[in-house]
Amino acid sequence: MISSGEMLGRLEGSYTHAVIAFLDDSGYPVSVATSFAARPERGVVLLDEVAGEQVAPPLDREVNVIFSHIRPQPGQGYDERRYVSLWGTLQRAGGRLELTPRRVQHWDEQEMTFFEFSERGVPQAQRYMAQLSEETGTQVKPKLSFGWLFLRATRLPFLTATAVPVFLGVAIAALRGRFDLWLALLTLLGGACVHLALNVANDVFDTMSGADQANVNPTQFSGGSRVIYYGLLSMRQMVLIMVGFYVAGLGIGVYLAATRGWALLWVGVAGALISIFYTAPPLRLVHRGVGEITVALGFGPIMVLGAFFVQFQRYTFEAFYASLPVAILIALVLYMNEVPDRAGDAAAGKRTLPVRLSKDAVLTGYAVFVGLAYALILAGALTGVTARPVVIALATVPLAIGAYRGLRDSYDSPYALMPTMAKNIQLHLFTGMLLVAGYVIAIIADASLSNPPIFLR
Amino acid sequence: MGILPEPIEELLNTALVGELTVVDERGRPVTHPLIPMYDGEVIYLTSSILFSKKLEHIKANPKVSLSISDPEAVQVEGFRRVTIQGDATIDDSDLHSGWERKVLPLWRKKEPAIDFFLGKRVALPLFFERGIIELRPRRAFLWEEGRTDRPPQVFEVVGAAR
Repeated sequence: MISSGEMLGRLEGSYTHAVIAFLDDSGYPVSVATSFAARPERGVVLLDEVAGEQVAPPLDREVNVIFSHIRPQPGQGYDERRYVSLWGTLQRAGGRLELTPRRVQHWDEQEMTFFEFSERGVPQAQRYMAQLSEETGTQVKPKLSFGWLFLRATRLPFLTATAVPVFLGVAIAALRGRFDLWLALLTLLGGACVHLALNVANDVFDTMSGADQANVNPTQFSGGSRVIYYGLLSMRQMVLIMVGFYVAGLGIGVYLAATRGWALLWVGVAGALISIFYTAPPLRLVHRGVGEITVALGFGPIMVLGAFFVQFQRYTFEAFYASLPVAILIALVLYMNEVPDRAGDAAAGKRTLPVRLSKDAVLTGYAVFVGLAYALILAGALTGVTARPVVIALATVPLAIGAYRGLRDSYDSPYALMPTMAKNIQLHLFTGMLLVAGYVIAIIADASLSNPPIFLR
Repeated sequence: MGILPEPIEELLNTALVGELTVVDERGRPVTHPLIPMYDGEVIYLTSSILFSKKLEHIKANPKVSLSISDPEAVQVEGFRRVTIQGDATIDDSDLHSGWERKVLPLWRKKEPAIDFFLGKRVALPLFFERGIIELRPRRAFLWEEGRTDRPPQVFEVVGAAR
């Protein structure tokens, strides 16, 4: 936030002219452009006199003086939007009009992004729709097409977090001799249902706790779907969607446990409880700074072991070990996505790690855990605990370095951080899929060679 | 040829931004930068419900003025400035797509990138819930060369305030 003196000091370099607006005797506004000079040391703006009786600014009533700027972009529109709006009364001084501002409003998209500026307008939008509903007698609410609304409400693109561990569990089982496509698809569907239910539950409980309202810097990767807050869907509709996905996901889980072995129930129940109590009271795990561990468990060992068990009908150390890098990387997705949310989360009492830790500690944590993920991949391949070709997953190291640098450089700028958050999601996706690819290479080598070389086993 | 003198219509048809002044609930002027669009009779402006205070103000007091004052935002031979006083009404009967039918073709001419942003409606759903401001001119002040240190030409609009 800049002071009004500082703002007056910037006027001359930022704007070419002023527009003085006032009400004429018939009550119509008159707005007229003129030249100006700022005197920040005195806290005043000097405006050139305007000729013509009908358009001469009055000295006996309040005027609004606005300074507005855009930069035209031919064939596109414009950018560099900014304005400063001042209110006060004018007095004549040395042949000019002198304004001592009593009230100031301003916006500069280079200081506050258009997204944040818009987000701060949501309460006004809600008021307007409520008033319009009252005037018209029908409920006025914003709309999106069904497809976009479903995508937004469920945060469908985040399903990669489920696909990676399920594919990995299935691939490990396939290398060890068991593969059933129908069961693999059913596992994926069940996992996706629980994941989507978790996403919806997260929005339901974030709206209830006030976290959505407190966050004015949501991005496409953080801040939730906001469909309830925006009025696109009601709380009741979201609860119904949440329950629907949980019923479908848990139903598939029970079917798989009944047909493949009741030992699956342990990971299934653990996954469901983690999913529900991630944001739901009384545990609200994400509010207690254990969201990352919870997500790591759910989208790491639980998903990989569950998918593996459905195929193999028992648990192995290999499946557990292979899940660990995936677990770490998905936890780091959440960890980085919480960085731009930290002010809103703190206001809502959500004590996530970026809320609790300093910037340096967050950066160090990121670097240490990315390093640990790669160390586990390398150690697993070298010792033969995992298939050796998974070492190809180290190819994503440059992506990890880029993500770390982006986090360091854009830590305090939510929208500048967006490309880095995308990179961090790619880091999980690409590393996970390369782990799967490593297993697929081993499967192909095993099937096509009578005695595959050690680096392909 | 519309209801306003040609030099003013040319400004309305090319200006990328104008300053709309409305009257707030305490009778004070409040000015908002907006894109003006013109169909020969009515000047259209549009506002997202995110920034809808101005719509409330106009509903309570329809008296408004619109200035086109920024030399960088207009592409005309021989720069000039204009202020148009008039009466505004709000069309918010269909916030979701009413503005697309009524003003999007005019908007697109000035800001072609709007189609790109509209394609990303899912990212900013409330921004694209919009009311339409319809300004019917009563009087216009024109300053040749943009010189407001000289008295303006004044035009009373025939058939105003119907």
